[in-house]
Amino acid sequence: MSNFFTDNPDLQFALENIDLEEVVTLRERNYDFSKKFPHAPSNYEDAKDNFRRALIEIGEVTGERIEPRARTVDEEGPVLKDGVVIYHPLTVDNMNDLTNAGVMGVMLPHKYGGLNFPNTVYTMMTEMVSRADGSLQNLFGLQDISETISEFGSDEQKKRYLPRFATGEYDGAMDLTEPDSGSDLQSVRLKATQDPKTGKWYLDGMKRFITNGCAKIHLVLARSEEGTTDGRGLSMFICESCPELVVRRIEHKHGIHGVATCELQYNHVPAELCGIRKRGLTKYVMSLMNGARVAISGQALGIAQAAYVEARKYAREREQFKSSIDKFPAVYDMLTRMKIKLIAARTLLYETTKMVDLRQCYTRLTESSSPADLSQEIRDKQKFYNKAAAVLTPMAKAYCTEIANEVAYDGVQIHGGTGFMHDFNAERFSRDARITNIYEGTTQLQIVAAIGGVMLRTLDTMMDDLSALSYEGLLARLNKRLGKMRELLRKGVKFVHEKRDGEYQALVARHLVTMETYIFVGHLMLKDALKDSEREPLAEQFVVNAVPEIETAYKIVVSGDMTTIDKHKDIIDY
Amino acid sequence: MSYTVIVFVKQVPDTQNITGEAMKPDGTVNRAALPAIFNPEDLNALELGIQLKERYGAKLIVGTMGPPNAAEVLRESLYRGADETILLTDRAFAGADTLATSYALSCCAKKIGKFDLILCGRQAIDGDTAQVGPQLAEKLKIPQVSYVENVEELTKKRVRARRSIEGGFEVVECPLPALMTVVEANDPRPSNVKKIMLYKKAKTRTELSKAHSDANYTDAELLKEEEDNLRKVGLWIEELSASDIGADVERIGLKGSPTKVKNIQSVVLTGADFKVVDPTEAGVNSLMHELIEDHTLG
Repeated sequence: MSNFFTDNPDLQFALENIDLEEVVTLRERNYDFSKKFPHAPSNYEDAKDNFRRALIEIGEVTGERIEPRARTVDEEGPVLKDGVVIYHPLTVDNMNDLTNAGVMGVMLPHKYGGLNFPNTVYTMMTEMVSRADGSLQNLFGLQDISETISEFGSDEQKKRYLPRFATGEYDGAMDLTEPDSGSDLQSVRLKATQDPKTGKWYLDGMKRFITNGCAKIHLVLARSEEGTTDGRGLSMFICESCPELVVRRIEHKHGIHGVATCELQYNHVPAELCGIRKRGLTKYVMSLMNGARVAISGQALGIAQAAYVEARKYAREREQFKSSIDKFPAVYDMLTRMKIKLIAARTLLYETTKMVDLRQCYTRLTESSSPADLSQEIRDKQKFYNKAAAVLTPMAKAYCTEIANEVAYDGVQIHGGTGFMHDFNAERFSRDARITNIYEGTTQLQIVAAIGGVMLRTLDTMMDDLSALSYEGLLARLNKRLGKMRELLRKGVKFVHEKRDGEYQALVARHLVTMETYIFVGHLMLKDALKDSEREPLAEQFVVNAVPEIETAYKIVVSGDMTTIDKHKDIIDY
Repeated sequence: MSYTVIVFVKQVPDTQNITGEAMKPDGTVNRAALPAIFNPEDLNALELGIQLKERYGAKLIVGTMGPPNAAEVLRESLYRGADETILLTDRAFAGADTLATSYALSCCAKKIGKFDLILCGRQAIDGDTAQVGPQLAEKLKIPQVSYVENVEELTKKRVRARRSIEGGFEVVECPLPALMTVVEANDPRPSNVKKIMLYKKAKTRTELSKAHSDANYTDAELLKEEEDNLRKVGLWIEELSASDIGADVERIGLKGSPTKVKNIQSVVLTGADFKVVDPTEAGVNSLMHELIEDHTLG
């Protein structure tokens, strides 16, 4: 039993040291909202105090209430009875606690009953919820759906739906995947037809792997333009649960047992258009997915944190050869690497959420002002944050979810034989972590999303600023090493550019993204160490571990080796 | 119809999560090692009050008697759903036993005037007497139901409650107004983040004046203006003294407390040697034999 915020010094460091003043000042309309909404902050200090208090509260709810229920929820899970999904009573308790704590509309605007918090603080909550119960994040995180309605719905839709999301009365689902459309959403087939007389829309078809498919409110991606086959024929719809929307089955999954993953059948389900026709995939789902990718990064990090804490505790208590096992080099090496990965992922994630927050603020600003009122500075910022968030989001998702799997895997390993047993939590964490690098776009797709920004050197300006900080001694030396690594990355990028071979670029993309991630995170670790000297060993360890990995990746990139492309068939089919 | 429900709560030293030595060598309580918390069963009483508010509509007033910093439990009540709060604070209240405390609370209830229900936690974890609630009911000459788990029905004139008894429960009914002491039978809800953002700014007069004196700035007129503003937006924690509630000075605080503490003993529990019993038939038999010899069993 503990408080998941106050027992986590790294998460507290992240909150204390992230500067959200620009974000909060823009979100709170220069604190004008405080005149209309008595709970809204009246200055940045006030807002920061709110964030801290809210995170302490959610730290307690997740640590004291939700975590103790997690094992039973995992073992028993939800059931489907007569077409109705019944959540586990403890999952219901979890949702009641989160609703009572008032965190079901964290980012929603004040006027719809939300807290109007930035994504950064919301993601910190996501992390703690996931640490307590990995599967619960999938229900907590569905408030992203109300975010999408808030962003793209009509005023009338916002008024109708958002206040009820904020109070927790409505829950949501996003219905995208179909049996034949997983990664390739452009091929979605679910049919949306409009009654020519009434103008009303109806949905017919199937969806699969729908998280919380039993929700009251669904955002559905459907084909509204008959005869089309690509993404431009898709629109976004809102529908409510009704007899025509049938939950056919719930999946029997490897992990995240607490949440129902449903197969849905649409038998002429009445629906309404959300946003503009034909923008379903190209604009709204991409936005929804980007939000969800950040959330899943937070989920992965939370599960990894849980796995680490459990392994650390076990290694301290378990005695073999007359000594606790954390005294053995093989074990403390594993624990050290796990911890470094966690810290690195966290600093990357919250740098990402900050860029996501800034992008949203400046995008809103540019969209709500007339072009004549916009200064060049605001336009430039909007463009920059848009590009930075677009490369950082997939980078963070790939890194956080991959290290979560590694940390959870090592967590089982540290437990030895007991780690393989259901009686210990370690195996649950490894099962729950496993989905994170698959859904909302596999790691392989995150690489595809990130490589463009890497090739264009989008993050170079940020890294230039970071490497120009005034470092001394150890940190200065580490900074220099990172500078050399960035030289290698530039050479690698140049090599691939000049090779002009799309397949080769796709093949080595993961190595380039790895290099970029390590170098960027290395700079963030150094910046953090500058603020707190206790973090110097963390930064040092990270850079020292990263250098050989970067060098190896570089060698592969510039090898120009074509054997995988030329011979993979012979190898695979041998 | 809307009800008025008063919940009396207490700030207590946390006797469950002790961070150091609970007692000083001289036998007095070491406050520094015991963080001040919301008395656990008072949270159950507050939760019941909030549930009644949700079910029937009620104004929920939370009161406490204590030093100025006891305002913290009142803010915590606001974070969960209280509507108004009252802090009874006065040097004259200090050193009160259960008799003097219940007298002071009865004066406070009379000052509030009309109410339908008073809820108290069954007992506080510092004194463990379970006397204040029942004494308060006697002083107000209203019926009391102790050990309440839940309210089954509340009507204009009566309340039907389920109370815990040894080995089960019973359902009892009484006319309003009434007092109920509540046991740990519900799960007190967490604080609400939006309410935290709002009510963290709630202040007592002492706190407001302190903010001014800390800033080396005292201006009676400005103080009054700020107080009025806070009242207007529901951010005022009413602070009442002994004379504000018309309490007889002879009946409150140390003076009004016939309980005399003769001696406090610091009992230090030391761990004794433990004994390993073989997990065999013979081992268990020898343990049984020893326990019977000891008169622990049989």
